[in-house]
Amino acid sequence: MNVKILTDKNCRKITALIYGDLDHHTAKHIRSDIDSAIHENNPKRLIIDFSNVTFMDSSGIGLVMGRYKIMNEMSGEVLIANPPTYIRKVIQLAGLHKLCPIVTNSEDKPIVKPISENNSDNDLAQQKKTTISEGQNA
Amino acid sequence: MKQKIVNELKMSFPSLSENERFSRLAVSGFLSQLNPQIDELSDIKTAVSEGVTNCIVHAYRDVTGIIFMQVRIMEKGKVYIKIRDKGCGITDIKKAMEPLFTTAPDEERAGLGFAVMESFMDKIKVRSAEGKGTTVIMEKTLKSRKALFDI
Repeated sequence: MNVKILTDKNCRKITALIYGDLDHHTAKHIRSDIDSAIHENNPKRLIIDFSNVTFMDSSGIGLVMGRYKIMNEMSGEVLIANPPTYIRKVIQLAGLHKLCPIVTNSEDKPIVKPISENNSDNDLAQQKKTTISEGQNA
Repeated sequence: MKQKIVNELKMSFPSLSENERFSRLAVSGFLSQLNPQIDELSDIKTAVSEGVTNCIVHAYRDVTGIIFMQVRIMEKGKVYIKIRDKGCGITDIKKAMEPLFTTAPDEERAGLGFAVMESFMDKIKVRSAEGKGTTVIMEKTLKSRKALFDI
């Protein structure tokens, strides 16, 4: 099992806890599990929790982007929760945090605000800012 | 001047998606003798995963072919990785390397494979011939090891 789905019907919220490596091979199964949960529960918010993800390549980006498209059509949102440093690096390279805010500790409060337009071509600079803002939050 | 090869790994395996994990773990295991930093190893594993996934998803699209890999440890902590296939080849390499360009959007491919390889490695070279296959060569010098060799 690569993903565990937690549903909160009252808040129309789904949390997908992904385990292990997230690559092209495992993404297929994770994708279908999350999609069936979305169709069953019609949520407003999907939280994808990366705390137990040991590896991720661009297949993970495709997975989050695909879920973002679905949730966006339903006027919902996707949050990326607790990504380890090596995963954050891939997410920021893709600029995915601009569409799906990064949150920590399963609190639905974004710690990284979507980048403003004038900063959009400089993800590395944003990465440094993120580190600083995290330090201040701690 | 040509750098001396300190150690070398050669392997080949069928283009099954189950082998994506195996290939990056094999490279990571082989490079562990260099005692790399975790972030350096993580970058290399991600780049290898992108290269191998490209062979599986694109080069051998509807068939199963063989993926050839060569990993060399050179002097001064330089790592050389070659991933080769005998698949369909790339028509326009420049286009294929553009971030977000993908020929498989329906499969939720992000089109970032080459962008990740370029960003996480020091150097990348792509050679391809239509109908004959593609070779991707990547290099990265491990900072920690370079310092050690320089002494």
